[in-house]
Amino acid sequence: METKKLGKQSVKLVNPPSIAATYSIVGPKEGEGPLGKYFDAILDDEYWGESTWEKAETKMVKECIGNCIAKVQLSNSDIDYLLAGDLINQCTPSCFGSRETSIPFFGLFGACSTFTESLSLGSMLIDGGYATNVVCATSSHFCSAEKQFRFPLELGNQRPPSAQWTVMGTGSAMLTKNGDGPYITCLTTGKIVDMGIKDANNMGAAMAPAAVDTMYMHFKDTGRSSNYYDLILTGDLGYIGKEITTELMETRGYNIKNNYNDCGVLIFDKEKQDTHSGGSGCGCCASTFCGYIFNQMQAKKLKRVLLIATGALMSPTTAQQKESICGIAHAVSIESNL
Amino acid sequence: MDIMKYVWCFVIGGAICVVGQILIDKTKLTSARILVLFVTVGVILTGLGLYQPLVDLAGSGATVPLTGFGYSLGKGVMKEVDEVGLLGVFTGGIKATAGGVAAAILFGFLAALIAKPKMKKQ
Amino acid sequence: MKAIETKADYQKYVDEKTPNSPIWGNLFKAFIVGGAICLMGQFIMDYLTTGVGLDKDTASSVTSITLVFIGIFLTAINVYNRIGKFAGAGSIVPITGFANSIASPAIEFKSEGLVLGVGAKLFQVAGPVLVYGISTSIAVGLIYYLLK
Repeated sequence: METKKLGKQSVKLVNPPSIAATYSIVGPKEGEGPLGKYFDAILDDEYWGESTWEKAETKMVKECIGNCIAKVQLSNSDIDYLLAGDLINQCTPSCFGSRETSIPFFGLFGACSTFTESLSLGSMLIDGGYATNVVCATSSHFCSAEKQFRFPLELGNQRPPSAQWTVMGTGSAMLTKNGDGPYITCLTTGKIVDMGIKDANNMGAAMAPAAVDTMYMHFKDTGRSSNYYDLILTGDLGYIGKEITTELMETRGYNIKNNYNDCGVLIFDKEKQDTHSGGSGCGCCASTFCGYIFNQMQAKKLKRVLLIATGALMSPTTAQQKESICGIAHAVSIESNL
Repeated sequence: MDIMKYVWCFVIGGAICVVGQILIDKTKLTSARILVLFVTVGVILTGLGLYQPLVDLAGSGATVPLTGFGYSLGKGVMKEVDEVGLLGVFTGGIKATAGGVAAAILFGFLAALIAKPKMKKQ
Repeated sequence: MKAIETKADYQKYVDEKTPNSPIWGNLFKAFIVGGAICLMGQFIMDYLTTGVGLDKDTASSVTSITLVFIGIFLTAINVYNRIGKFAGAGSIVPITGFANSIASPAIEFKSEGLVLGVGAKLFQVAGPVLVYGISTSIAVGLIYYLLK
């Protein structure tokens, strides 16, 4: 049997799926940010007419998936699989947002790495011949995430400079077997990397070693150089994590200074929006890719993008038990031409 | 009017908060831990007789910070022990602070019924 | 830069990379706001003793109740968190901050019901404060009783 595996952690897709369409919904703060004009929908407030934040996030998932499918004039019955995840306990926004779709559903958790986790698995399903159309969706909501992981919104505390701002946003991408690009060509699945960081207010530093490990393994497995890509984009490392990643890659012999950026750095204006070390959350990478990056790829301004969503695997319980934060990162290579 | 009373009130009250701020910035203690720490320290200092002079000097500057809540607990328990003996060990602290605690519970409950949490603008 | 191999090396490297809080500015803001809240308490206290003519212990209780009310009112109208962002410990340490820590989780968890949402979460921070405050006061009272 022909093997599709490349090296230790990577896969070369023999029948590369195309991204047929994307849809993104963000909150008001993200809408006011530098990428505001690229998002499909910008909400007026954090409730979107619902009574709770969890219900608002559920609605975001539901509407995002529905609108993504509608963009390519398909109906729910044409979709073989729906892969979705978020940050909330038991992934309820994804489950509840998908309950009326009647699409076969896999719920995923990879913390903020979930977007490329879903793209990876969706691509494999299509390449393996098990699906024609797959929808991948990921979301996060500032308020529901703060409530679960940090402090009540009305509590009068300060955020340290290394803290990041959880993005209120959702993005979904429709993968299809017979399309004309942009294609998902290679995948590198990350392993869990824990360098012992415990500070939940410094997620970028906790996740950067995982991003470096996955990026390095991607180059090694595929034999590509860092210059192969127009843009290498990590998910939500923020300013501190971005700097650490750049320097750690340099120690491994890769100079990525000119073509590397981070969604958490792009999505907010650090000075005007007072977001400290930048954006974070599942929705950060998902909405930045589905809004801004996909638009740039369609306009052929970007032809080869390596998207690496990064996740901090932890819970309030593990934090209270003084466990360190596990990092994870999955890379997806997206190219306009084959 | 004794202006120095107000100066000391401001200075001591501010200084106690500065200690809290140093702890937050240098040790990454959460606000819940700061509050627990300050109450406990307030009770102990009162028991050792070290907090009363600060209250005499600064008035509300020493009683409004949470160490002052500890001061009320400590002072109350000692006063009650003087008056009723051993039972006062259990009743004194809560008796002296009952007003503030009951008010916090009632107002907190009412606030939760009325208010809706909103996103911070920054 | 050298390659980083161990967790200890990485922690050291991260500490160097992570910007510190602007400590002097934070201390100044905490001092001013904390001092101002105490001064407000003093004015209320003075009014109650000299203006209304309450005795000192009663005035002290009424002052606490008033400050607690102000703290919770500002929390309910979504203002106290903004003061807190500016003042840090300056608005956490005074009793108004204690009031804020009682009201904020109760408001936030209202969506989980009146008993286990509001009722239980009201004590998320107040609970530990009372546990340690009251327990310490009992210990102090007991020692005081034995030494008397």
